[in-house]
This record gives sequence, C-alpha cells and structure tokens, in this order.
Amino acid sequence: MASNAEHPTGHALIERSTTLLFVLTLLVVLIGGLVEIVPLFKLETTVQPVPGMRPYSPLEQIGRNVYTREGCYTCHSQQIRPFRDEVERYGPYSVAAESMYDHPFLWGSKRTGPDLARVGSKYSNAWHLAHMIDPRSVVPVSIMPAYAFLKDRDIDVDGFGAHMRALRDVGVPYSDTMIAQAPADIRAQASGEETEGLLARYPKARLGDFDGQPGRVTEMDALIAYLQVLGTLADFSQATPGEGS
Amino acid sequence: MAAPERDPLTGYATTGHEWDGIKELTTPIPHWWVTVFLGSCLVALLYMWLFPSFATTSGVFKGTLGWTSEGQFAEEMAAGRAAQADWRHQLAQTPLDQVESHPDLRRFAIAGGRAAFNENCAPCHGVGAGGQIGQFPALVDDDWLWGGSLAAIQQTVRFGIRSGHEETRDSMMPAFGEMLSAAEIDSIADYVLTLSDPAAVVTRASLPGAELFAANCAACHGATGEGSRDFGAPRLDDAIWLYGGTRDAIRHQIATPRMGMMPAFAGKLDDDTIRMLALYVHSLGGGER
Repeated sequence: MASNAEHPTGHALIERSTTLLFVLTLLVVLIGGLVEIVPLFKLETTVQPVPGMRPYSPLEQIGRNVYTREGCYTCHSQQIRPFRDEVERYGPYSVAAESMYDHPFLWGSKRTGPDLARVGSKYSNAWHLAHMIDPRSVVPVSIMPAYAFLKDRDIDVDGFGAHMRALRDVGVPYSDTMIAQAPADIRAQASGEETEGLLARYPKARLGDFDGQPGRVTEMDALIAYLQVLGTLADFSQATPGEGS
Repeated sequence: MAAPERDPLTGYATTGHEWDGIKELTTPIPHWWVTVFLGSCLVALLYMWLFPSFATTSGVFKGTLGWTSEGQFAEEMAAGRAAQADWRHQLAQTPLDQVESHPDLRRFAIAGGRAAFNENCAPCHGVGAGGQIGQFPALVDDDWLWGGSLAAIQQTVRFGIRSGHEETRDSMMPAFGEMLSAAEIDSIADYVLTLSDPAAVVTRASLPGAELFAANCAACHGATGEGSRDFGAPRLDDAIWLYGGTRDAIRHQIATPRMGMMPAFAGKLDDDTIRMLALYVHSLGGGER
C-alpha cells in the first residue's frame, strides 16, 4: 500500500481513472462471458443421439401442456439419475437426447411423488384414468390431488397448429404435413380409429379412448396419452445406459 | 491534494473522503481471506484438470482421471449384480416349480419379487395383491383368468394381457348390445346370476336365458359358466365378479364389455426379476401346480 496522492497505485489508481476502470471492468466481464457463453456453442457435442426419439404427437404435446399447467413437475421429476437404486426402481437412466424436443424441459427437482421419466406403458390406460379421477381409489396412501375435472375440459382440436408452429420456431422438427394433419391426428389418437397416418408420423403413439368418453377429446385424453409415451421412445437396445460407458 | 491521513485507532490509511466528519478507511482485505480465495481458485483449476469440465472445439474435455458418472454407475451396478450373482445364477438354473424345494433360494426370489411387485404391480393389483373391485383382479385367490400355475403367471407378467406385445395374451368379448335386444340381454343376465346359486341347479335350465347363454356365451365361458383360461374368459359360476355382480353390472358387461389390459413387462424388467415376480405372485395364496 505504498500509494500517495501524486503517484497512486493499486485500487486508488483504478478508482481515480475512469478510463482504466472501464477497460479493466470490460476485461473481467469479457472473460466471464467467454467462459459462460462459449460452451453453449458446442452444446450439440454434449447430446448423444438416441434412436427412436421423435417429436410429441399433437395430443401428447397438449397433454404435456396440461402437465406443465397443472404443475405436475413440482411433485414429479422426469429424470432418472445414474444411480443403482434409481435404475433398479425406474429403469435405464435418462439421457439428454430424451429431452431434445422438450420446451420447456420438465426434469423437476423434487420427488413428492415418484419419478415419471419411464412411466409410459407401465400401467394401463384404465389405471391412469381411475388414478386421475381419484388417486386414493388405486393407491390408498397417495397424497396426490384429484384431477377429475380434466375429463370435462374439451380440447381445441382445430386450433393446435399454431402451438406446433411456435414449437417449430424453437427447433422442434414439425413438418408442414404434421401441422396440417394435427386435428386428424388428435382425433385418431384419442379414438384409436384411422390411425395409419398418425402412426406413420409418430411411431409408438399410444392409442385409445383414454378418458372413456367416446366422441370427446378432453384434456384427460391428452394427459394420459402423454404419460403413456414417457420413456418409451428411446431405443436402448443398441447401447443400454448402465451397461458400460 | 494532501497525503491521506492515517486512522490513529487502526493504523490504516483513509481515502481522504469525509462526510460530516466521518472518514472512510481503506482497510485491506485480510490475508486469510485472500489466501482462502486463491486456494479455492487453485482447487477449482485442479478439479477442472482432473474431471470432465468444459467443452472444447473438439468435444468435451474428459479430465485426466478418466472418471465419468456412467462409469461409476456401471461399477455400482456390477458390484450389486456380483453380490447377487450366485443367487441369480441358481435361480436361472432351477426350474420355477422346483424353487420351493430350495428354501434359501425361494426366500431370495420372494424378497426380490415382493420389491418388484410393490413398484410395478401394486398400483393396480394393490399392495398385498388384493386387487381393486370393479377395476383390477385380486391375485391372492384361486380365481385366475389366465391361469395360476408358475408358468402361466410368468407368461402373463412377461407378455401382458391385450398389451400390444406380439405374444400378448389376447381375447375380446363381443359387445352384445349391438347384437341382442335389451330384453335378451336382461334374460341372459338373469340366467348368469343363477349360475353361482346352488339352489338353482335344476330350475335354471328352464329360464329363457338358458338357450341364449348356450348360443352366445358358452363357447368361451363354458356350458355351466366354468370359464376358460384359454380365452381369459372368467368363471361365472362363482361369487367373484371383477366388474360387479349386480344384475345391472352384469347387463352392462354383456352389452358393452370392459376388458382389462395389463402391460407387458418383458423388456422393462429382466428375466430374473420376472421369474421372481412369478414366484412371489404364486406364493400369495392362489398358486396352482
């Protein structure tokens, strides 16, 4: 601290020269910015592709929106971590590619209820319906709220194309055909009829009158269709997570 | 500007600023703090050097230790499997129906089966497998839709029922509401109700529903309602009714049948676990030879 008024050194020098202060501040911010931002440009190198992944079908995406709206992620995670206890319970651990079409991702950070990353096709549609209407009827110790009202809320079947276009803008590869066919695909998936086009566009989509109300497409249909596809798309038969790295 | 004065109490220099008689000190950062800060920076750099840390132009820097979370996970799994290797090997080598003569092996299998059951099966069939009336069958009794032998249970767990799996158990009850009149369905329901009534053994043959039952239902459910496991057609001559045993419930089931769906667990659970599940479910009370 050998500074004096005539020849200031250290922070006394910096504080008294606005130009020097500006230059040094800029330098620090630049270094911080580089460290934070540059890796983002190489983000694609961190996502290893997994065969089988596809964008959500329109009905599944609507269900996903219901899931987000109802805040399911506050109690359910969708992220199986690479630990033995989690993999033994839930199945192969989650990989980045499984969330590549998720906007926003719904990994969650808290498990009041179980993880749902691989809940798809684990239970029947009828179980999901009974569970949504009255969780205690099938799981007596459950503290989940009932979501029976979802089967009274009809979906805007014809207006969903706009949402798909918005998702396309942020990188989900929906084609023009997919967007144009969205109403037909929604009706096909929620009825299980005339599903040829749907299954060509969205392989492995789960079909059926999920909510037990033929002729109506409700948010219940959508939510169950979404839950039933979770974790079923990625094909790990080539390289199973957990069997070597 | 004069040289900054020193504070007589601390000996530190002042900035030379003064507000209403209050002067600002330029107290330096304590040495211990600076040391800890620089030390932390060093630890961070060391950590970045040892472990996967940052993206480079040619991928991700993998760290000099070669550690990955995948690798650690694989070791964890291998250690867990190794601890059970003897038991699992024995279980895989022993035919299911001979496991019960090896008490220790049976205990291992039942414990594993119970854990897998509570995670995968209990949501529908209930903890303890009591089932849910009107929804999902109980597994603790001897009333089996598709068979209660070890092999039958194993097959059901593996491939499911109406699951969409290639080898699923599958059958379909026609919706008789589209084929028969309401009156005919009523009379079949009345007849079906008498099948489980021992007092009606003689009298039921003269009911109007008898002929309709023989023509429409007996092919799957049997001439006396004894059911057929080949089609998963439930017995109608006992007091167990999955979807309800009232006249209304039976009429409804004839007109617009509900048919249960059970997922296939092949591919989700490994073969060992499915064998454990079969042994566990078989042990719950209704297991058949």
